Amino acid sequence: MSKQFLFDGRPVRFEEGQTILQAARAAGHYIPHLCWHPDFPPHGSCKLCIVKVAGRHVSSCALPAKEGMEVESNTPEINGERRALVQMLFVEGNHFCPSCEKSGNCELQALAYDLEMMGERFAHFFPDRPVDASHPEMLLDFNRCIFCELCVRASREVDGKSVFALTGRGIHKHLVVNAESGRLGDTDFSADDMAANICPVGVIVRKRVGFATPIGARKYDDKPIHLVDMEDGK
Amino acid sequence: MAAELETATNRENLRKVVIDPVSRVEGHGRVTLLIDDDDQVLEARLHIVEFRGFEVFIQGRPYWEVPVMVQRLCGICPVSHHLAASKALDRVVGALPPTHSAVQLRRLMHYGQILQSHALHFFHLSSPDMLFGFDAEVGKRNIVGVAGAYPEVARQGVLLRKFGQEVIRATAGKRIHGTGAVPGGMNRHLATADRDSLRAEVGQMVEWSRGAVELVKRLHRADPDLYDVFGTFSSGLASLVRADGAMDLYDGALRFRDAEGAIIRDQVPDQDYHQVLQEDVKSWSYMKFPYLTERGPEAGWYKVGPLARVQNCDFIPSPLAEVERREFIDHGKGKLIHAPLAYHWARMIEMLHAAEVIRDLLDDPACTDGVLMTDGPRAREGVGIIEAPRGTLIHHYQVGEDDLVTMCNLIVSTTHNNQAMNTAVREVAKRYLSGRKLTEGLLNHIEVAIRAFDPCLSCATHALGQMPLVVELAGADGEVLDRAVRD
Repeated sequence: MSKQFLFDGRPVRFEEGQTILQAARAAGHYIPHLCWHPDFPPHGSCKLCIVKVAGRHVSSCALPAKEGMEVESNTPEINGERRALVQMLFVEGNHFCPSCEKSGNCELQALAYDLEMMGERFAHFFPDRPVDASHPEMLLDFNRCIFCELCVRASREVDGKSVFALTGRGIHKHLVVNAESGRLGDTDFSADDMAANICPVGVIVRKRVGFATPIGARKYDDKPIHLVDMEDGK
Repeated sequence: MAAELETATNRENLRKVVIDPVSRVEGHGRVTLLIDDDDQVLEARLHIVEFRGFEVFIQGRPYWEVPVMVQRLCGICPVSHHLAASKALDRVVGALPPTHSAVQLRRLMHYGQILQSHALHFFHLSSPDMLFGFDAEVGKRNIVGVAGAYPEVARQGVLLRKFGQEVIRATAGKRIHGTGAVPGGMNRHLATADRDSLRAEVGQMVEWSRGAVELVKRLHRADPDLYDVFGTFSSGLASLVRADGAMDLYDGALRFRDAEGAIIRDQVPDQDYHQVLQEDVKSWSYMKFPYLTERGPEAGWYKVGPLARVQNCDFIPSPLAEVERREFIDHGKGKLIHAPLAYHWARMIEMLHAAEVIRDLLDDPACTDGVLMTDGPRAREGVGIIEAPRGTLIHHYQVGEDDLVTMCNLIVSTTHNNQAMNTAVREVAKRYLSGRKLTEGLLNHIEVAIRAFDPCLSCATHALGQMPLVVELAGADGEVLDRAVRD
């Protein structure tokens, strides 16, 4: 017999070993996330999936569900904290949605809309992050990196290439390419790699595609991410 | 002409009057006048003092972002930048030419842009001066005043602009800063529902545009001493024309006329613009001064925009506008019309042309069906020229093998008109202001002359601006004697 916990006051059944996020999703409850992906173990870095359990903030992607837990997720307090996290991500990088080809397909942008981020709150860092256009098929625009490490993990664990890594600490953390030159064109990276197709923002993009899909016909243009993400079953 | 007013011989001990910023234009500019003790104007300059530097920060970006990014130069005619950039980059991706459907959809988008921008300029920005008088009560001299005194005129102006914006939305995806055009073609067709709703209204738009031409003609006829004289100066003309000499605002080759109307250069391919044009720089303005190389900076400057286009082409390829063009040409009695206020007449003829073109394009099945994209051998460089509402707009890019932009040069409509606007300011200052006590109404005469060109100062300098007006009258010792603020 499966156990259950309370998710925003509603009972959610779970199997032993499931995380709060996995069990909630299986029951049809969306929890915002950026670094979590069903094909990989929990990463717990973006903190967007934060929930409150017994008065403590925890990453729902990483914490196993327990019988009788009372989990708060979709509350003004938690969503306010998520909104602040997204606002921080926006100022850490250079996110210019109006001219970004990922606009409408971008999870960061979609979450900002969904969490009702109406404006800026923190001072911009305006980091200097030149693009890497050395690969014939793919472009790296580091300006938009949110350090979710999905590309790092996909390249290492699925593609078996370890093309990407994060380096530096704190505000100096940044994404690098694992080549002596540091350039993507000098790696065996391929447009068919999982790492080439997993970026939730606009860092790893296919060249010469740009705005081929009209704004208005993109993934999050018609429906908010909390609906699209659950329909995807991701 | 009043060329001597560019720089006063002895600038000491002169009073300085500043109009900052110029109002009811797009963007941010200011006018300075230097005046002696006898109230004679000895120097008059239109300054564009802001700087944004799009040409630099576009470098290092992937080329496919450019049509979406550069249109942020402006919120009034972003479509012009969007399309000029797309045309330039068509060459880079080898789309020579783009497909028929893509070209027809871009034309539809562009003529929607011409319609809405011309309506905005005439009804919202300039009609208050013409309907109420240049020195009418300042609180009345705006679109709200027009709506009170001439409600039907204001209503038609608002709805004409709305229609143009709807054409843009239907082709570009958004009324402002859309993404319909891409290097190599278009990313969307015109939806049949949009086509049908636009079709239902376009006949009315053609009629209202005819009415707007009639309104301007009435104003000209009522006061020819003003309309044919105010701020007048002679200069050459420049614009694109079609291979057969017809007006074409989307594509064509460059034609230059001298001030008497003789064609100096014709059918200069857009890719060769830099072989015939150069830009002069002056220390007191961030806006450059383009000129026809073979004539030099003193004699080679020219006008662009509606007044140039209507007289530079051999005919307008739509029947109603062509009838109006002929009447306009006849008004010149065999000579070119150089009067700045005739810009409004020419502009309304173009608005009528745009409405006719839109009407015809809505019946073209290529807009709702057909191949949208094409490509071919890559090129390192491309130039795109388009006739924006305000005049000839040039985008020039070089793109590296890694797809990143390495060079960007933009010469926008208002930059072409820089010398012309400065000359108009000096003519008006000399004729209307010199020797008189300055009033707000008199200073507005200078703004009326600038407004006639429909300048987009934000495009020209890539600057954003607000439109309050502060006029300060300073004594010879720099003490501010009088100050007026317009919110």
